[in-house]
Amino acid sequence: MTQLVLFNAFNGLVVGAFYALMALGLSLILNLSGVINFAHGGFLGIAAYLAYTLIPRLGFWGGLVVAPLLTAVLGLVVERLLIRRLYGRDPLYSLLLTFGLAYVFEDATRYLWGAQTLPYPVPPSLTRPVSGTLFFLTGYRVFMVLLVAAAVTALFVVLRRTRLGARIRAGTHDLETVSALGINVRVLRNLNFGVGVYLAGLAGVLAAGMLGLEPTIGSSLIMPSFVAIIVGGLGSLPGTLLGGLLIGVASGITTIFFPSATEAVIYVMMGAVLLVRPHGLLGEEGRLA
Amino acid sequence: MSWLGRHAPALLWPALLVGMPWWMDALGGYTELGTRIVVLGLAAMALNFLLGFTGVLSFGHAAYFGLGGYGAAMVLRYLAPSTALAILAGVAVGTLAAAIIGALIVKLRGVYFAMVTIAFGQVFYFVTFRWNSVTGGDDGLTGWSRQPLRAGPLSLDLADDRTFYFFVLALFLVAVATMGLLLRSPFGRTLLAIRENERRARFLGIPVERHVWLSFVISALFASLAGALFALLNNFIDPRALRWDQSGNFVIMAVLGGMRSFWGPLLGAGIFVLLQDFISTRTQNWMSFVGAFFVLVVLFFPRGVLGFVRRRLAT
Repeated sequence: MTQLVLFNAFNGLVVGAFYALMALGLSLILNLSGVINFAHGGFLGIAAYLAYTLIPRLGFWGGLVVAPLLTAVLGLVVERLLIRRLYGRDPLYSLLLTFGLAYVFEDATRYLWGAQTLPYPVPPSLTRPVSGTLFFLTGYRVFMVLLVAAAVTALFVVLRRTRLGARIRAGTHDLETVSALGINVRVLRNLNFGVGVYLAGLAGVLAAGMLGLEPTIGSSLIMPSFVAIIVGGLGSLPGTLLGGLLIGVASGITTIFFPSATEAVIYVMMGAVLLVRPHGLLGEEGRLA
Repeated sequence: MSWLGRHAPALLWPALLVGMPWWMDALGGYTELGTRIVVLGLAAMALNFLLGFTGVLSFGHAAYFGLGGYGAAMVLRYLAPSTALAILAGVAVGTLAAAIIGALIVKLRGVYFAMVTIAFGQVFYFVTFRWNSVTGGDDGLTGWSRQPLRAGPLSLDLADDRTFYFFVLALFLVAVATMGLLLRSPFGRTLLAIRENERRARFLGIPVERHVWLSFVISALFASLAGALFALLNNFIDPRALRWDQSGNFVIMAVLGGMRSFWGPLLGAGIFVLLQDFISTRTQNWMSFVGAFFVLVVLFFPRGVLGFVRRRLAT
């Protein structure tokens, strides 16, 4: 029983790490540009499929590095051509536009790579269990958690220690003043969007190795990411991280006791959090509300 | 403007709908397509009560639409062979859910509100998807059909497509008239005040949260009525009726027709349904077309058809 609980809790932690990674990207874009990027799952799917195509040519590690970068470039282009036009307008419009893009991306992956589930090549060095007694600790899962941890650490270091990060953080609080100080806000938002999409891409490449590769991979991960942001608190990146991990573990543990509520439990959690703290666990009152 | 000029839309649109079975046939359509337009038009107009006239963005209205549908379907499947009871139950279930969720989220605004409504919409999707034994799960709920409407010695056979169309239209007109009257009442004017300037409305002593909550519940009530009719129309309901993409469709219908006009969402629903019918019979990749359509509407037609027409008339 302990094994079972540990197994599912750890499984949930891995899934929660994807949610968190994806939700952090969503949060970055939402905080700076006020755009709910519904196409985030679409970007995630594209990255995963790109990796699938690239791995036979570049190897697993090559695909892992290149696919999210290519997706981030696509993100930069999409922001430049489409999303930029909608800044300052009712958030309804950017939501609808990215909603449409999500459809297009999902359909494009279905068209290019087919609707069936594809096998995703994970190097054998990563599929071996790490320990004999804790059989569920396969190398790939441990590796994923470590990589997500590294990516999140890198993100927070960039935001705290670099000039770009300082500008993003400042822009989140008062974009007008940042602009008045002579910083090109258009470029800033563009780069920020690219960083957000990069995180989604990284999540996609990792998730495909665990969940399998289907055109709906993006749309199945985007809703939990929204929940992660809401539970953690809008406007707070640490909150988003916490929210993602919490709902992942919660749904992992629920799988043991009440399997049919695996998905629903995170929404129940969201309701409970909203009841007690309308602005999320780490959210600040009045921000973006 | 003359009396006739002011009331022209309220006369024109119902007249157009009453004649629909005939001109739809003439255009090569079929009655069920017309019924679908009226049903989805009601859902879009219900959403627009909140979106266009209270200024609150809900991206999760499919939940109440779908709950209305499941409420109606489950009454007919498990409880009693009564269409009237089925509709009442559907509306009750959807409205109750909205009253509870509305109370949780009424303090939130803007993108936050939108995001929470999206997420909450999914709860009911997963419940219907997973609860196989009762809801039929992914395959949907079958094994029932709409029953004749009985009142004493009178009986109306709803199995006939055209009879059902007029039954739906009658309920649509009652619902729409109710929404129209509500919007003209002091309550409706207060909603407009909140839309235009929430802070000022608050300073004037208007209990904003209570009004937004009421608007949310009223909007969901009519959306669940539409959902109940949608289930009856198809003699079938499945979890896709309350998934997030359905919510998005309602929003695009409202925007496409013109969300600042009362009848706009109906027009938007008409265009959307006809387009979807046209595309999905011709290509496998209808998702790309619908998606590209969303993008084009947002970029080039954000005020919608009626907003565009009104601007032209004004200049």
